[in-house]
Amino acid sequence: MSGGVSMKRKPLTTKQLAFYGLMIALALILSYLESLIPPFFAVPGMKLGLTNLVVLIMLYSKGARSAVFINFVRILLVSLLFGNGMSFAYSMAGGLLSALVMILLKRIGGFSIAAVSIAGGVAHNVGQIIAAILLLQTTSIAWYLLILWFTGTVSGAVIGILGGILCKKLQSARLFAE
Amino acid sequence: MKKHARDVLLIALIMLIGGVIALCLLLTRKTGAFVEVRVDGSVVSVYPLDEDAEYLIEGAHGGSNRLIIRNGEAWVESASCPDGLCMNMGHIRYKGASIVCLPNRVVISIAGEADEDVDAVVGQ
Repeated sequence: MSGGVSMKRKPLTTKQLAFYGLMIALALILSYLESLIPPFFAVPGMKLGLTNLVVLIMLYSKGARSAVFINFVRILLVSLLFGNGMSFAYSMAGGLLSALVMILLKRIGGFSIAAVSIAGGVAHNVGQIIAAILLLQTTSIAWYLLILWFTGTVSGAVIGILGGILCKKLQSARLFAE
Repeated sequence: MKKHARDVLLIALIMLIGGVIALCLLLTRKTGAFVEVRVDGSVVSVYPLDEDAEYLIEGAHGGSNRLIIRNGEAWVESASCPDGLCMNMGHIRYKGASIVCLPNRVVISIAGEADEDVDAVVGQ
């Protein structure tokens, strides 16, 4: 928790640089994999949020600053590679709100990784709806918010449970040790 | 189980807010009178919901969506966008309900109220 402030002054070590590169590459691959899955359940915008797995693990192993950094770079690169300006705005709104909520809940403490991920999944969808309201200048997508509110909890739970298992396994991995 | 007390509280709160949103939407819903078509945020056309018809909507970037209005419901039957999500968004009839096609920047929404007394007639 307190490591965030001192990290600002310290230059990045080679190991950290390689580690961040690896994590961004992993997030990109997951983004690409997810884009290959056809939209199911006839609910547009409903996604599994596989990349949130990386953000979640970063948040719990390296802290808030690293999680936000990875998320930002990932969204930027995905938009450049596979998307456009619009998708960048949507991803950014969803990604940042989701990260913010997850960081806050982790700070408050007492929540499991799955619960934090569920709140993050909902926040992600709320962020995207807010972006859509601003970009399309319409408030008539309230119904859409309702659907995405609940699908967000489902995908958040799936990712959260996976993330919890991974965090436990990765604690013993040398790569994640400082 | 005490360990998960906060988790349960958080998830209950999320579900509660979701329920409140659902309740608000259900209690305030009214059958609409018009189908409003927006492209890039500005209204391009308004069609009556009680007249069966078919329209071709010209969206942004040369895209198009085929809008069907039948039996007091509106839906998108076919579209040029690659994902075709707007076709999956179902049939809409209630005020405020909408179909969004992000690639074509098209928003089709239901406006007005079918049962209300006429306060004013706009246009003509």
